[in-house]
Amino acid sequence: MVNERTILAGFGGQGVMLMGQLLTQAGMIEGKEVSWLPSYGPEMRGGTANCGVIVQTEPISSPVVEGNATSEIMMNTPSLDKFEKDLVPGGKLLINSSLISKKASRDDVEAYYIPSSDIANELGDTRIANMVMLGAFVELTGAVEPESIFQALESRLGLARAHLMDINKQAFARGAACVKEQRN
Amino acid sequence: MAVVFERTKGLTPISTHYCPGCTHGIIHRLTAEAMEELGVLDQAIGVAPVGCSVLAYKYFNCDMHEAAHGRAPAVATGIKRVLPDKFVFTYQGDGDLASIGTAEIVHAAHRSENISVVFVNNAIYGMTGGQMAPTTLAGQRTTTSPLGRDPAHAGYPIRISEMLATIPGATFIERVAVDSPANVRKAKRAIKRAFEIQLEGKGFSLVEVLSTCPTNWGIEPPNALKWLKENMIPYYPLGNFRDATKEEVSDGQ
Amino acid sequence: MAKVLMKGNEAIGEAAIRAGCRYFFGYPITPQSELPEYMSLHLPKAGGVFLQAESEIAAINMVYGASGSGARVMTGSSTPGIALKQEGISYIAGAQLPCVIVNMMRGGPGLGSIQPAQSDYNQSTRGGGGGDYRLLAYAPASVQEMVDYVQLAFDKADEYRNPVLVVGDGVIGQMMEPVEFRATAASDLPPKDWATTGTGGKRPPNIINSLYLDAEELERHNIHLAEKYNRIKENEQRWESVGLEGAELVIVAYGTTARIAKSAMENLNRQGKKIGLLRLITLWPFPEKGFAELDEATKDLLVVEMSMGQMVDDVRIVNEGKRGVHFVGRSGGVIPSTALVEEKILEILERSE
Repeated sequence: MVNERTILAGFGGQGVMLMGQLLTQAGMIEGKEVSWLPSYGPEMRGGTANCGVIVQTEPISSPVVEGNATSEIMMNTPSLDKFEKDLVPGGKLLINSSLISKKASRDDVEAYYIPSSDIANELGDTRIANMVMLGAFVELTGAVEPESIFQALESRLGLARAHLMDINKQAFARGAACVKEQRN
Repeated sequence: MAVVFERTKGLTPISTHYCPGCTHGIIHRLTAEAMEELGVLDQAIGVAPVGCSVLAYKYFNCDMHEAAHGRAPAVATGIKRVLPDKFVFTYQGDGDLASIGTAEIVHAAHRSENISVVFVNNAIYGMTGGQMAPTTLAGQRTTTSPLGRDPAHAGYPIRISEMLATIPGATFIERVAVDSPANVRKAKRAIKRAFEIQLEGKGFSLVEVLSTCPTNWGIEPPNALKWLKENMIPYYPLGNFRDATKEEVSDGQ
Repeated sequence: MAKVLMKGNEAIGEAAIRAGCRYFFGYPITPQSELPEYMSLHLPKAGGVFLQAESEIAAINMVYGASGSGARVMTGSSTPGIALKQEGISYIAGAQLPCVIVNMMRGGPGLGSIQPAQSDYNQSTRGGGGGDYRLLAYAPASVQEMVDYVQLAFDKADEYRNPVLVVGDGVIGQMMEPVEFRATAASDLPPKDWATTGTGGKRPPNIINSLYLDAEELERHNIHLAEKYNRIKENEQRWESVGLEGAELVIVAYGTTARIAKSAMENLNRQGKKIGLLRLITLWPFPEKGFAELDEATKDLLVVEMSMGQMVDDVRIVNEGKRGVHFVGRSGGVIPSTALVEEKILEILERSE
């Protein structure tokens, strides 16, 4: 039984929308009920980017994730400031600690601090910070299997960019490892 | 007995509603004869406008659409894109084409839609009762310019052929008049050439025909023809403004 | 066929192509631009034509021409763009031509906003063009339903020789959900012997027209249209009802808002309340038959919309004063929360006790 409602947010260019879509597609691959709903604005570049993803066993009524998120992936400070309130008590909060220096202001949520941008840079590609976060998210929530995420990513990358699979998998594993460490 | 003149098969055998002395009848006949002579009547789809020639769909003896005011080039675009091998033409007046429908005609020309346009310019709104048209001459009295068109207030009369001739996609643009037998023959040749250009797949063609409106000009028909010659032709000179098919030849030489 | 994850706007395009639509005339506008974008790439591959018109007005008139020539044709836009198309839609209805028009509604009036709204209930059900005409208007609530109803819309347009509206909001246009493109049953549709395709010398000319200068002739035409609309009213009402039996209060909503309202209903029913939902699938014809199924126990109706309450009048008409009719909604691009709907329901229930 899965019942995961997630808000993913950051600034444009952090791969937030793609991260949400991979999660959604992974859920679909597993035969779960899924939806992906973006916010959209007039700006084409560099604005805020956020989306709500639902992965659950039961059919989805409202596709809007607002005030009832079971988990959140926050990639920058304005996102954390804006969406922290939308997490249910006991919800899981993943914070990109490379760019967010503050801690969660709520004590009724489970917060994890993932230096995803630093890890991505260490691996040699700053763009894969989203995969670090996704690895952490899957480890933490178990909403989908890692294999389904890889399958979704493979279909997105296509043959031309198939060589990027390896570095993405490494990023994913590093994110998962962060959660394991912090949980213990 | 030898037949010297016959009614064209391109027109239906009914009387038109046009006022006595109106030259729409001549322009209808030229359009219909050109289609008949080119053998495209049974392949033709025409688009009628809103204005005096709103009922043209009853007069042309082929498939017809009646379009909203000014939108005939858009409607013709829809038809031609579905039926690229059929012959598609619009028949539009100056209120329809040069005022409310300027966007549609300009963009149809820019896309070089492979359609032909017969544009009838009589410098006035006829059907609605003689109001000022975009083509009304400076100083010309109409029911909405009772003291004569004042360009300082109402702008200058628009020269559609000159404007469209600047558009790369406008393959063939010519202005003719129907004020004399010689000019009627020239008008026929231009309309036929415009239609041939479509049949050759060469893109957008338009013939502007200077026409009379004895009723709303308040001039009896013979003098209306004279008025056209003396007042309209000096501002709207006759002639070919663009023939890209010839330019292609000269470019190649 | 396996499910694919698609954005609503793109799924509409794919559904239309699979339904045999080969012509799309449109103009870019947020939040539906993914539809013309999709068509520009995929229609030519299917042997069709995508053309970006110079205006919404030109686009709907291109639809008029293409439909009159016998093609399956579509246009799409959003609130203010649909407003610009209204004259053309009236002509298409008057000339009895089939076509499908998609409206991904955004906030209004005027330029409004680009955020999701249901600002066009009136525009969809009353129209903005002149004359006595009606459009069959579907309001799907998910990407899958959008696909199914776009495909059905083409058949219904041909069956009735009438434009069909498919109405969504920014949420359905922008969201991604899994969809399955089901093979549609071959429908038994009349031949388009009225289309202008050139007489070929074999028949009298066909004329596509909405002008009737003779008053009595136009009245006969209007009566003929009214008879058609009555047939549509009788045969095409669609709705979904959930938990009507024994419900104290029934929510009336459509599209995205119906899904939000359903979440509110589920939350309250888990707490022991008895709330039902009547979701409109056709905005016109208004599903009066659905309201006939309401339980005697139901004392109140709550209309939930992303507008200031445009649908309330129709609910009042069908209600005939029997039950309390209430409204809650957000507008301007704000999406109502489930919490807002729940609060309103509790407030109504408390008052009735």
